[in-house]
Amino acid sequence: MARQIFAFIRHKDGVVDDSAYEFITAANKISSGALSVAVVTGCGAQLDSVCNEIKSSFSSVWKIDNEALSYPNAEIIRPVLTKMLPGDAIVLFGHDTLGMDLAPGLSIKMDSPFISDVIDFENIEGSELRLIRQEFSGQVCTHVSCDISSGAIINVRPGSFLPDESKSAGGEVIDKSAEAGDLSSKRRFLEIIEAEMGDIDITKSEILVSVGRGIEDEDNIEIAKELAEVIGADVSCSRPIVDAKWMEKGRQVGTSGKTVSPKVYIALGISGSFQHLGGLKGNPFIVAINKNPRAPIFQVADVGVVDDLLDFVPELTETIQKS
Amino acid sequence: MEILVCIKMVPDTAENEIEPNSDGTDIERDDLVYSVNEWDNYAVEEAIQIRDNIGGSVTVVTAGDENSEEILRREMAMGADKGILLSDEAFLNSDGKGIATILRAEIEKGKYDLILTGAQADDGAAQVGGMLAAMLDIPYASLVSSIEIIDDTRIKAGREIEGGNREMNEIDLPCVLSIQTGINEPRYVGIRGIRKVASLDIPVHNASELNISPDTVGEAGSMVKKIDYFVPEPGEGAEILEGSNEEIIEKLVDLLKSNGGIK
Repeated sequence: MARQIFAFIRHKDGVVDDSAYEFITAANKISSGALSVAVVTGCGAQLDSVCNEIKSSFSSVWKIDNEALSYPNAEIIRPVLTKMLPGDAIVLFGHDTLGMDLAPGLSIKMDSPFISDVIDFENIEGSELRLIRQEFSGQVCTHVSCDISSGAIINVRPGSFLPDESKSAGGEVIDKSAEAGDLSSKRRFLEIIEAEMGDIDITKSEILVSVGRGIEDEDNIEIAKELAEVIGADVSCSRPIVDAKWMEKGRQVGTSGKTVSPKVYIALGISGSFQHLGGLKGNPFIVAINKNPRAPIFQVADVGVVDDLLDFVPELTETIQKS
Repeated sequence: MEILVCIKMVPDTAENEIEPNSDGTDIERDDLVYSVNEWDNYAVEEAIQIRDNIGGSVTVVTAGDENSEEILRREMAMGADKGILLSDEAFLNSDGKGIATILRAEIEKGKYDLILTGAQADDGAAQVGGMLAAMLDIPYASLVSSIEIIDDTRIKAGREIEGGNREMNEIDLPCVLSIQTGINEPRYVGIRGIRKVASLDIPVHNASELNISPDTVGEAGSMVKKIDYFVPEPGEGAEILEGSNEEIIEKLVDLLKSNGGIK
């Protein structure tokens, strides 16, 4: 019998998250021909439209409809899944802000192994599943194995698997709302506070000079500003620069910042964590300047320079200025 | 408010290039500089600020070998009242669940209102806080970027979600929160501060004192096992420019021009 693999589907305002279609590819890598079951929580017409959109992509879609699930609160969803899923279920989540909130605790409640932020699956031998993840912000990879005979909770890195939009599974929506059980929680969602807009809108920039931890000191940001000035770029940054309060949040590129789509992206001293790269869309021409040859940014860059940006960039700026 | 912060000693990636060792069984650990996990340091700062505002105590705890005492002492120099080291041969090579099991045993010996962890550490798994909360059967929130204490029974916590938006939640105490970087500005710790706490006693608790069965932790208790370390493949299109500085700059300027990178 084909193995059943569950995938928790994220959606917002009736729009299905890209991860839904990536899960289908991931499930097939775990076990070719697996029956993938989408699990969708939410409420009302938006939930229905999400279920209808994905049903042809999954063997079946479990719809769990309740007012209390209208906002995805991990503390409410976790007990629902614990009650509803078979004890040996293999369940996929996105390694995003909801998956991180929900999945580790679920693995304890289900007494299943938890494997976080998986970037690839290799093979199953008997009940051993082998997979690949990264450590140290992508500087090294590891092969990891776990026994999946009692199920597994797996967080999959967004964007690591090609989306399967063939819509060839032809599934049906099964209404599981009546099985949801207790929906009370000791954590209550209040509201979303929208991120503040900065002084410039980097989502509209055609060229970005982006600054990371390698800039070392707040005063050195001037080096990036001077380069930006001579090439007609705007200046953006990665998370550590905002954490250090050297630049405002509105200039941060990444999943927890802005999603940008410039033509050219010049990364100065940015290591290139997947959260940072998640904010880079539209296939820009990426130039990476970093003194660490193992920085993961070099895995995605078009052009790389292995050098200390503090020495290299002023020379580059001067050359462009002169010409 | 009694606050416990769970911390971890990790190789400092700002100071080290990380690469696999020659047989791929681990990362190359010779000459590594270790420090407290960056996220944990923000968690300790947050705990200290809460205590300074409303009273109570801050305890820092870690599972590790005797070297981990150094990071406990560092966080005590920041202002934590107490440090506890959880150490036993049986704890070696624990997976995330194993670490959560060890921490849980310590937590159940005391009485804490608020338990903080870093949002993630060197392995990027972001798992121990959520596992711990589930084991203790208390609420959890990850990626917390703001905490406001309402009263003895409730807090308001903001979670950093996609797009830099903040999801506000009201959470009953006790609870576990994983702390995101940028929530505060951790204070600087100087040599003098570390000297001041150098003679303070740091209790060490082992498996039997914590009533932990050795087969539930360490290598034996791990459901998830690391097989080896290797270097990621470089991207297909990545061209590393080589030559003298002038040559590199010349090539780079040409490439920028042809790709619309110079206006």
